[in-house]
Amino acid sequence: MNAKPKGVIGQSVQRIEDRPLIIGKGMFAGDISFAHQLHMRIVRSSSAHGVIKRIDTQAARALPGVHAVWTAADIPEMGPIDFREGKIEKLEPYRQPVLAIDRVRYVGEPVAAIFASDAYTAEDAADLVEVEIEDLPVIMDARAATGEFAPGLSSEAAVITQGFGDTASVFATAHAVVEIDVTVGRHSGVPLETRGAIGRYDAARDVLELHGAAKVPHKNKETLARLFGRPAAALHLFETHVGGGFGVRGEIYPEDILVLAAALRFGGAVKWIEDRREHLMAANQSREQHHKTRAAVDEKGTLLAIENEFWHDQGAYPRTHAMRVAETTCGILPGPYRVGAYKALGHYRLTNKTPAATYRAPGRYETNFVRERLLDAIAAKLNISRVDVRKQNLIRSDEMPYARPLCVLEDDVSYDSGDYAGLLDKSLKAIRWDELQSELAERRKRGELVGVGLATFVEKSGLGPTDGAHVCVDTTGAIEVITGGASVGQGFETVMAQVCAEALGVDYRNIRVVHGRTDRIDFGIGAHASRATVMTANAVHAAALIVREKALSFAAELLQSEAATLDIIDGRVIRRGESEGPSITLGEIANHLRPAAKLRRGREPGLSADGWFDTDHQVYPYGNQIAVVSIDRETGAVNVEQYVIAYDIGRAINPVLVRGQILGGFAQGLGGALYEEFLYDERGEPLSVTFADYLMPTANEVPKVDVIISEDAPSPRNPLGIKGAGESGIAAVGAAIASAVDDALGSPGAITRLPITPQRLKRILNRLASA
Amino acid sequence: MKPAPFTYHRPLNIDEAARILADVAEHDGRIIAGGQSLAPMMAFRVARPQHLVDIDEIVALDVLCIEDATLRIGARVRHSRFVPGAIAGPTGEIFAKVMPNIANYSVRSRGTFCGSLAHADPASEWCALATLLDAEIIARSVRGERRIPVSAYFDGAMSTTLAPDEIIIEARIPVLREETRTGFYEFSRRKGDFAIAMAIVAFGVENGRITSPRVSVGGAEAYPRRIREAERALDGAAPGADAFAAAAEAAAAAVDPMEDAVTDAAYRRDIVRAATRRALEQAMQ
Ligand SMILES: Cc1cc2nc3c(=O)[nH]c(=O)nc-3n(C[C@H](O)[C@H](O)[C@H](O)COP(=O)(O)OP(=O)(O)OC[C@H]3O[C@@H](n4cnc5c(N)ncnc54)[C@H](O)[C@@H]3O)c2cc1C
Repeated sequence: MNAKPKGVIGQSVQRIEDRPLIIGKGMFAGDISFAHQLHMRIVRSSSAHGVIKRIDTQAARALPGVHAVWTAADIPEMGPIDFREGKIEKLEPYRQPVLAIDRVRYVGEPVAAIFASDAYTAEDAADLVEVEIEDLPVIMDARAATGEFAPGLSSEAAVITQGFGDTASVFATAHAVVEIDVTVGRHSGVPLETRGAIGRYDAARDVLELHGAAKVPHKNKETLARLFGRPAAALHLFETHVGGGFGVRGEIYPEDILVLAAALRFGGAVKWIEDRREHLMAANQSREQHHKTRAAVDEKGTLLAIENEFWHDQGAYPRTHAMRVAETTCGILPGPYRVGAYKALGHYRLTNKTPAATYRAPGRYETNFVRERLLDAIAAKLNISRVDVRKQNLIRSDEMPYARPLCVLEDDVSYDSGDYAGLLDKSLKAIRWDELQSELAERRKRGELVGVGLATFVEKSGLGPTDGAHVCVDTTGAIEVITGGASVGQGFETVMAQVCAEALGVDYRNIRVVHGRTDRIDFGIGAHASRATVMTANAVHAAALIVREKALSFAAELLQSEAATLDIIDGRVIRRGESEGPSITLGEIANHLRPAAKLRRGREPGLSADGWFDTDHQVYPYGNQIAVVSIDRETGAVNVEQYVIAYDIGRAINPVLVRGQILGGFAQGLGGALYEEFLYDERGEPLSVTFADYLMPTANEVPKVDVIISEDAPSPRNPLGIKGAGESGIAAVGAAIASAVDDALGSPGAITRLPITPQRLKRILNRLASA
Repeated sequence: MKPAPFTYHRPLNIDEAARILADVAEHDGRIIAGGQSLAPMMAFRVARPQHLVDIDEIVALDVLCIEDATLRIGARVRHSRFVPGAIAGPTGEIFAKVMPNIANYSVRSRGTFCGSLAHADPASEWCALATLLDAEIIARSVRGERRIPVSAYFDGAMSTTLAPDEIIIEARIPVLREETRTGFYEFSRRKGDFAIAMAIVAFGVENGRITSPRVSVGGAEAYPRRIREAERALDGAAPGADAFAAAAEAAAAAVDPMEDAVTDAAYRRDIVRAATRRALEQAMQ
């Protein structure tokens, strides 16, 4: 481990944002209200695919308390929902309209919107809207024959390819070819707080406001300003406390546009709070992919080539992320391994399910499962250990940085640093891999079904290209850090405060961190894809260093010392090493730098600065996960007995927060591995629209996890060496548990599908028993 | 998830409740007890009662005691009341074994035993236990009082022979003989979920032989039922692996399991087998 400079960076200090949350004074979307607000309720399609014959809103309009009822015809100016990263020619005709036009394509698609004096009346009115739909055939399997999205538009909206080298010739001559056919189930981030949006038009200032924003307020502001034709200063987004983001919160959905359009048209405030049933049929779903993957190997199991064809079940429409998950799938599948040649072919298919987009570790949860299944299959075929096959293929630290001609999020893949095998050794040691093998063998002899599985992975984080921050010291010495970041509960404020505190020489608790407000700062990347700490913290760091320079240069004059001989301790500038000598506080300096202050003498007013951080490439943290499971032979239930997650984060600003990210992610990963799945019947009716059917693991189901946070490979790509933390806990849970269940069954390759439900596992057990 | 409009009534005694229910029953007026099944259904607007008659103010329905070897459970008694020791003897033991498997803490401290019987979910633990113990359901209406033996009570999934104007005021359960052994096992995806299937058993052991065996299986069919085939397999047999396996096999063969989108009949049958054997094993511990 590299020597850590002492300071508040690297300390597990307490979060500064917790007080309102603990005393019940949090401000979530549901807590936001404005006088005379209207409440919106969405009438949703009950058909998975059909032609709208008639929408009768008369009875709803007649209900006392109903202000208006809209269908698509009422908002002709509100075009379909754009992609976050701009125009994508090929996908333009597939974009989702705000309210369905002529056709509906999934159960839950918004068809009409009610605006009423209260939420009860709005729901009563929604019941009175009659929607007549003539059903069309549905596509419920992305592998099935394609159909038409609309006349002349195939349900295969795109085909994506990436790759390098000549895989065909490698396969033709390889020692062995290993092939798998695997499926990741449809699941998604299901935050405790459902979505919420409050649109408000402030006629006095001519500003349109969206409250309840999350994740990417600045990006969304751009998109919405374009859609509404408003200048940047006339539309603002405001983040509230956010009860979980996970990818699904904070994207632009039809409901966000509707509350804004209605606020503008009615000249007031319009509130919409999603209910759980809606959430489970209308918010972005994720993950569902089918992979046919094969590897060419030599006799030692060296990966010579991989070919991967997959079918990405996008649901009914592309959403704001367009093809990102499918593209990431192509770009990241080889993961931490060397591979000579690679070809990925993705079918981006539209089906009649709720649209899909990103969920924590998008493209990685899926590909880690696929790739690690493949590695296990190679080990089984060549009869070598699952550890050895991984070790010999892992990219070595002397090969770093390791570029490969693939692309993830429009960024050329180039792993920055890492000792993949070294970290794997740490985990194997933690779980006592060798002793464990004999303990498990002993238990198997007694008739138990127990096994261990492992998965290694490389994460991606810190997508640039740039982020900025503003640091300002007021005349009392209090500090405000203004960022365009966002907090989805991950401890953003604390981390930014720690970085600023260390650079500036102040107490982190004396810092307020602003985020999620487009009216305070013009630019911001928000909080997604594990980038806030990498990008925003480095920008805060840069800004704080400039403020430090300003303070020291001013103090140097006042204290008649060289700036280089001065230091800032606890917000006070002193001569280095002379804590009792002459000093001046940052507040006093800020006072002298007031615009009208006498001593300012031509200096730039204010003790404040903007800082920017630019980067060319993402950074690549890495890790591995090991699971020990037992199977109940009679019920097919899987019990996770032990779990290790090792993760190299480069540099942990706050280890407890990193741990929290990993554990929370693990719980969700466990959901996808064993419990959670959005199911549909053959007519496209969603079957998982309550928490009695969509099973999230609870405290009863989540086992204790040993977390190893390592800092062996700081990123060379930013001054603080940071890599992202948000997605490591979830990333390989499906992969590791599948491997462990195979081992427990004594049947490599038995698990081909997530989640591993007891019903499915029992079927496998019965099959194995009769074989 | 806002319920459709309804009128709320809060009677102070049983007679008044019966009178109100008689008036509103034909407008889908309903009793609300703990609200732990009804309120969610109303939130989804699957249930749209125009009137709710809340029996929560009726103190007389609080009864929970053993009288003349009969356990009386009033309609206001919550799941959470059945903690170990609340009721004496093996009857109390089996109630206490079953109770923590129902839902979660907050649901248990609101939902009622009689409400579970009225709701008649196929996987209700209390319904399976009432079946095991030959409960009698005491129903009151303006027309008088009716005693319905549990064997004539259920008539389908979430469907009973209770008339729309009848209130369950009490369940009466003959207590088990002192030396009776009891066991319970259920399997659900997560703790507290409605079970995929469950078994509850009771039997005596005399001179190394099983006497008066009872096996009730819930969750597998539209409503719980005693499995006579399994009981016959146990009756007079030596308690142990062979008899229990035979009974489990008999139970699995006897049920005609429900199917749904995720659980087929074969799987439910497998769970009935496992649950029956495990409940029997537990009874011997
Ligand atoms: C998250 C969750 C998990 C659950 N898990 C389980 C579980 O694992 N096992 C289980 O058994 N239950 C479970 N339940 C249901 C719970 O046990 C309910 O409390 C119970 O089913 C009904 O009791 P109640 O008093 O709440 O009835 P209510 O919800 O008030 O009423 C239910 C129905 O019974 C009728 N009714 C109620 N009382 C009477 C009466 N005295 N006379 C006539 N009619 C009456 C009502 O009109 C209504 O139709 C769960 C509930 C929730 C919310």
